[in-house]
Amino acid sequence: MSILVDKNTKVIVQGITGGQGRFHTEQMLAYGTNIVAGVTPGKAGQEVCGVPVFDTVKAAKEATGANASILYVPPKFAADSIFEAIDAEIPFVVCITEHIPVLDMAKVKNYMVGKNTVLLGGNCPGIISPGKCKMGIMPGYICKEGHVGVVSRSGTLTYEAINQLSVRGIGQSTAVGIGGDPIKGLSHVDVLKMFNEDPDTYAVVMIGEIGGSGEEEAAEYIKEHMKDKPVVAFIAGQSAPPGKRMGHAGAIISGGKGTAAGKIAALESVGVSVAPTPDLIGEYLVEAIKKAGIYEKCLSK
Amino acid sequence: MKIHEYQAKELMREYGIPVPSGILALTADEAYEAAKSIGPCVIKAQIHSGGRGKGGGVKFAKTPEEAREIAEKMIGMNLVTKQTGAEGKIVHKVLVTEATDVKKEYYLSVTVDNANACLVIIGSGEGGTEIEEVSEKHPELIVTEKVSVYQGYHAYNGYEVARRMGIPAELTKDFVKILANMVKMTMDKDCSLIEINPLVETAEGKLLALDAKVNFDDSGLVRHPELEELRDVEEEDPKEYKASLYDLNYISLFGNIGCLVNGAGLAMATMDTINKFGGSPANFLDLGGSTTEDKVAAALEILMTDPHVEVIMINIFGGIVKCDLIASGIVSACSKLGLKVPMIVRLEGTNVDAGKKILAESGLNIIPAKDLADAAHKAVEAAKGGAK
Repeated sequence: MSILVDKNTKVIVQGITGGQGRFHTEQMLAYGTNIVAGVTPGKAGQEVCGVPVFDTVKAAKEATGANASILYVPPKFAADSIFEAIDAEIPFVVCITEHIPVLDMAKVKNYMVGKNTVLLGGNCPGIISPGKCKMGIMPGYICKEGHVGVVSRSGTLTYEAINQLSVRGIGQSTAVGIGGDPIKGLSHVDVLKMFNEDPDTYAVVMIGEIGGSGEEEAAEYIKEHMKDKPVVAFIAGQSAPPGKRMGHAGAIISGGKGTAAGKIAALESVGVSVAPTPDLIGEYLVEAIKKAGIYEKCLSK
Repeated sequence: MKIHEYQAKELMREYGIPVPSGILALTADEAYEAAKSIGPCVIKAQIHSGGRGKGGGVKFAKTPEEAREIAEKMIGMNLVTKQTGAEGKIVHKVLVTEATDVKKEYYLSVTVDNANACLVIIGSGEGGTEIEEVSEKHPELIVTEKVSVYQGYHAYNGYEVARRMGIPAELTKDFVKILANMVKMTMDKDCSLIEINPLVETAEGKLLALDAKVNFDDSGLVRHPELEELRDVEEEDPKEYKASLYDLNYISLFGNIGCLVNGAGLAMATMDTINKFGGSPANFLDLGGSTTEDKVAAALEILMTDPHVEVIMINIFGGIVKCDLIASGIVSACSKLGLKVPMIVRLEGTNVDAGKKILAESGLNIIPAKDLADAAHKAVEAAKGGAK
């Protein structure tokens, strides 16, 4: 099993005719993702990599029965595209777009309350359930089908973690990049909850970074609910100076809050083993699953 | 993006928020002329930093002569405040503003509440001092009120804040209007912060924004081309400014290992690793997702022309970024500037084989690394060897 996406996920690509949309549609198709439609207003009737293009998400959904959508739309229009997907009642939406204005995301977040859409991102690498479905921009070849869940605020650092697992023969159930923006869809806790409820995920790697309080909230959740699933973590930004925004809009230490030290302490206090450097994430996970007696179970055949 | 106090006040004036009259002066003579038309005045150093008063950047002048004398000293001075750090900031201009008889000082700001996806008004009857200090020592004196980005501001939000801040009844109507305008400006201009500290009640019984700080959400700037001219590049680190022209996320640090990484998380993690291995990064540099060969070359140029950089470490895990494009950027920057310091390159991810091939065929003296730890070890090693 996996979370959020699997073999039955039928994907729409919003912004499919743009450079990024086109390139990653090709990559996702090559990985085996079931892309059923693309959407670019005014381009209905065209095809991209053999995928039919529609003017609106609603039209694409009606014609294909799609149940998920991924956005490669410029930041100015990204929020509009998310609204469109919500109104078309697409159950799962992934927003890759970076630099969406904060107030736009605040509006999206408010609009989603009570709606039937789950949003991942923006400014995220997407999600992959290895061997089943890739909705995102991560290089598929580093992933392996298996039983460890990965959740992360960072894109490339997620690849780093996945790679370290795969070379050790440890596959992933699903890897989820929640993105680095301060206002976003799924949080660390939301994804941990799903991993916790997925019987096929035996352990979790969680990658956080400075800024915000998502990691501290995750620690609370782990303490209350995840006694039986080992969680290993890494927090980026231990050497970041305060007051400087480290690339991600959400990654900033201000007023002494959001420090790596605080997050590491919160996680360690609830029994999460936190790798001191990113190159040790794989080793720490192996150690944790050996300790829990599930190492053999986690090895991919 | 940050702007100066005088610019913030100009914008606020446009939005109907009462600010004292003031004139910008670039020279002591201009300050003299300004003071002549204003009368008794306050000379305020215009730098992108708070805490200017304590550092000697805010001074009272009774006469135009006095204003000239103060401005003479202030313009060109290196102003060190709690927020600038020890290195301080050079003052290039001053604001000459009318002196005000103050009866009472308040604090008022509007900012984005990320956790609740709304705006939040923060107010306090204890204005004038740093709000962080107040919230630490007397959290009970801080008033907060959420404002929905959907429904916008309602007058009751303002009355509620006024009541809890203890705004005198006769000023409440004006206060509510000021708040409405602050919220409107935030929504119109994609502000990430509008702070008035202090908002004062004058001896004549009027509300006035004596100081003003406005920051903008960088991602919102695309829809406000009119704000571009408010940017003061003199206030920015020259390397950070150059990087921003290429959409690179770059921050100067103090070490000697120049880093070029794709992705903010990996860039931070790379810095962390260098530190843990006993080295010291010269910078944080995230190429971002939509990079081009030119951007890679520009990023490398920033590192190669930085005299502090003795070793360059490139750490790429391609997803949306393709390794062959990175490799071409490296080759083009090296052929333009010459590779004068050890360069460690770790490539992984999308199109990695093509990338490695380009580097191998370039004939450049590049030290390849098999993974992050290997690259960091080699970089720290090379930096220790004083390899220049």
